[in-house]
Amino acid sequence: MTYIPISPKERDAMLATVGVKSLDDLFEAVPQKHRFPKLNLPPALSEMEAASLLGEMASSNENVREHVISFLGAGAYNHYIPSVVDHILRRGEFYTAYTPYQPEISQGTLQGIFEYQSLMTNLTGMDVSNASHYDGATAAAEAVNLAYAQFRGKRKKVVVSPGLHPQYREVIRTYTQGMGVELTDKTEADLEVGPEALISQIDDNTMLVVVQYPDFFGRIYDYTKLIEAAHAKGSLVCIVANPTALVMLKTPGEMGADIVVGEAQPFGIPLWYGGPYLGFFTTKKSYVHKMAGRLVGETMDNRGQRSYVLTLTAREQHIKRERATSNICSNQGLLALGAAVYMSVLGKGGLQEVANLCYQKAHYAAEQISKIDGFGLCFAEPFFHEFALCCPKPIAEINEHLLEHGIIGGYDLGNDYPALKDHMLIAVTEMNSREEIDTFVEVLKEVAND
Amino acid sequence: MTSPAAPVVTTAKIVEPTIFEISSPGRRGVNMPASDVPETALPPKDLLRSDLPLPELAEVDVVRHYMRLSKFNYSVDDGFYPLGSCTMKYNPKINEDTCRLPGFLYTHPLQPIETVQGNLALMYETQEWLKEISGFAGITLQPAAGAHGEFTGVLMMAAYHKSRGDTKRTKMLIPDAAHGTNPASTGMLGMSVVTIPSDARGNVDLKALEAACDDTVVGMMLTNPNTLGMFDEHIEQVIKLVHDCGGLMYGDGANLNALLGILRPGDLGFDVMHFNLHKTFSVPHGGGGPGSGPVGVAARLADFLPAPVVGIVEEAEDDLPPLYGFITPKQSIGRMKAFHGHFGGGLVRSYTYIAMHGPNGLKDISQYAVLNANYLQARLRDTYHVPYDRICMHEFVAEGQFAGSDVRALDIAKRLMDYNFHPPTNYFPLIVHEALMIEPTETENKDTLDAFADALIKIADEAKTSPDLLHSAPHITPFGRMDEVKAARELVLCCWLPEDYNENE
Repeated sequence: MTYIPISPKERDAMLATVGVKSLDDLFEAVPQKHRFPKLNLPPALSEMEAASLLGEMASSNENVREHVISFLGAGAYNHYIPSVVDHILRRGEFYTAYTPYQPEISQGTLQGIFEYQSLMTNLTGMDVSNASHYDGATAAAEAVNLAYAQFRGKRKKVVVSPGLHPQYREVIRTYTQGMGVELTDKTEADLEVGPEALISQIDDNTMLVVVQYPDFFGRIYDYTKLIEAAHAKGSLVCIVANPTALVMLKTPGEMGADIVVGEAQPFGIPLWYGGPYLGFFTTKKSYVHKMAGRLVGETMDNRGQRSYVLTLTAREQHIKRERATSNICSNQGLLALGAAVYMSVLGKGGLQEVANLCYQKAHYAAEQISKIDGFGLCFAEPFFHEFALCCPKPIAEINEHLLEHGIIGGYDLGNDYPALKDHMLIAVTEMNSREEIDTFVEVLKEVAND
Repeated sequence: MTSPAAPVVTTAKIVEPTIFEISSPGRRGVNMPASDVPETALPPKDLLRSDLPLPELAEVDVVRHYMRLSKFNYSVDDGFYPLGSCTMKYNPKINEDTCRLPGFLYTHPLQPIETVQGNLALMYETQEWLKEISGFAGITLQPAAGAHGEFTGVLMMAAYHKSRGDTKRTKMLIPDAAHGTNPASTGMLGMSVVTIPSDARGNVDLKALEAACDDTVVGMMLTNPNTLGMFDEHIEQVIKLVHDCGGLMYGDGANLNALLGILRPGDLGFDVMHFNLHKTFSVPHGGGGPGSGPVGVAARLADFLPAPVVGIVEEAEDDLPPLYGFITPKQSIGRMKAFHGHFGGGLVRSYTYIAMHGPNGLKDISQYAVLNANYLQARLRDTYHVPYDRICMHEFVAEGQFAGSDVRALDIAKRLMDYNFHPPTNYFPLIVHEALMIEPTETENKDTLDAFADALIKIADEAKTSPDLLHSAPHITPFGRMDEVKAARELVLCCWLPEDYNENE
């Protein structure tokens, strides 16, 4: 079916007004040889048939709510989403509106984004937040763009921690391939040493240091000393942070970070097989003019009412064209609103409960698993809700065994770190019950004794 | 309840307080279950934050706040939204249901491929369908939005030349009518932009193009139909000129809503094109995103696609379906974002939409989108000057100014709000004075189009008889014109809990 609300009679009247005989006559500028190709696509479905087809496709997956127990994280986390979040996002007023270029009739979107910006700055301890980026990885790449613009391309080196998510490192590499930038990105580095190991790599040519908090292996570090050392060399520092962890942990702002970005999917956005998610981007006020992405600011209308507009638009591509810091146009508007609703409806108390449950359950799981012969925690540092586990067998083998028992095991760290062969990354959230964790432990015991 | 303390001294009237201002210490919304595991001590205190200055609200407070905010918005579900170049078509409701099926919502991007064959089949078929619709040989679903797709495309063009040792190509040809994202994407790679003018009929100026074509050209980024809504009458010559000098042809797919079943850009010789699933294939715009920007490429660029793409890793056998999995193209430019693209909110909705239209329905979309634009143009051309006046495609551009009047396009746009319409895009493209860029889409009926044309004609009359009515518009909206200078000067970009917040505890 189609959604075209024009009857044949109306169509003919309109064609007459235009002055052509048929719909096909509207396309004479199109080269005749290629005009009206026959598309080899399946015939149209009714709504009922489409609903059934999509239902079948969806149910052929094994999902982490109904079919399998999951301990996968590595950048995407299974959290509970309060019912209110989707009820608000399903308001047509929000989801069928465009970018708020006409502020008089877009105050809902604009105030919603302003509040999102405020929630993120209060969470990270930073001064300003933009209206969002595509995801955590592209937000990290935009941090590199900011630093590049800040030093006008005169500094060329980015020190990237091996503890940054491997896909984020790949995206930074893709984004910077035309910029002549040197990335120090050593996955074969000694992973046991802390962030101070990065200090020796920071020099007068360094524009940015990128670290993750907690890092990819779940470790919590206080980056204050690293940041002081970077600042002493004139470099900026970007912390890629997990928002759920920030509810509990010392803020990157307090550590002195210049840019704090991350993936806000944990805040009310479903796993959705990887997207769309929500990249947040916060920084100090002094870098706001170099920041990419849309920005909402407070103002007043001509009736004396407090109101909000897109501001500092002169930074953006539609004005600056090839001189823009970034080509960013879309943001993740609706999902930023979703994250704001999530934070609001849980509130300070609910968010603290979520963070604490994640912490408690992850530590219970870690303790139980480390009691099994052959399994042990890889690192001694404090962790939040994710930890690296040394295993007695190849991870592929273990995960296959787990899947036979309806469990999706952790991420195979050997994929990205040769030194971490037979290591898996386990994430535990409030969604994992003690019973699930105990089942996981039992099956791992079987694996150990196999 | 706290009184809204303002960090910036202002006498502004508050229509709806912020979520911080309606917060009250100790109030609770959604709570979490008690822990079912033995307690572990928290990390050392110096690793913990000292306070969490976030709102405290009950669920009903949150719902009413956002309900009130929603009523300040104008949306496609409210009415006509003829924003040129944005394709604000109706978003079918069934898409909202299919994209929220539990099998899609609750699958983790790193799950073993055997457990997500439904997702991978959907991605694979989407790739195949987009190829068939566009005439390209390969597709990546990874880019998150149109501009992200452009950046992907330009990276592939650069990688292609580099792989051939053709290193002196640094110039990108971009028409003056182009979207700002085109030069910005090019700028991200340090290439230089050569602007190509348009001719009197809104086509690429062939002489200027010919003069710019040499062996330093990376390629050309062309929107066709262009942002004037004009299909380039010399498109085959344009492509030939670019190809003859060794350049690649980039198609900006922002205006694909004019071409479904009408023309496949790949057949014409385009080498790369991004799709905007949020324009052409009904992914709702969400107040600014998320979008989804897959990219199609000709065979010679397929090896450079971002990694990974979805492929068949084990062929179908007897009654068994094939096994879908991920494949890394041989000379991939790398990864554009984490995971696999905007699967749930983007691809599932578009898949549903394409499946329901089929080949004939897709052609209907473009034919009626073009009919609606031409009908509006025909109704308005006597009142508003249309500088490039011929059969248009899915949109057209008129001038929002009248001889002897100080009324500007902005005034007309604002006045349209008083007639309950969203204004067209204004001041774009840059090559038309006081541009009003009107794209009605195929999902509007004749009554709506007539009412819109009548309103614009009436506004033209008001511009003569009572111009102040336009200068001071809008009048019936909940908010009036904003002071944008104040916003940029004061830069109030966030709010906090009121200063005396904890005193109320």
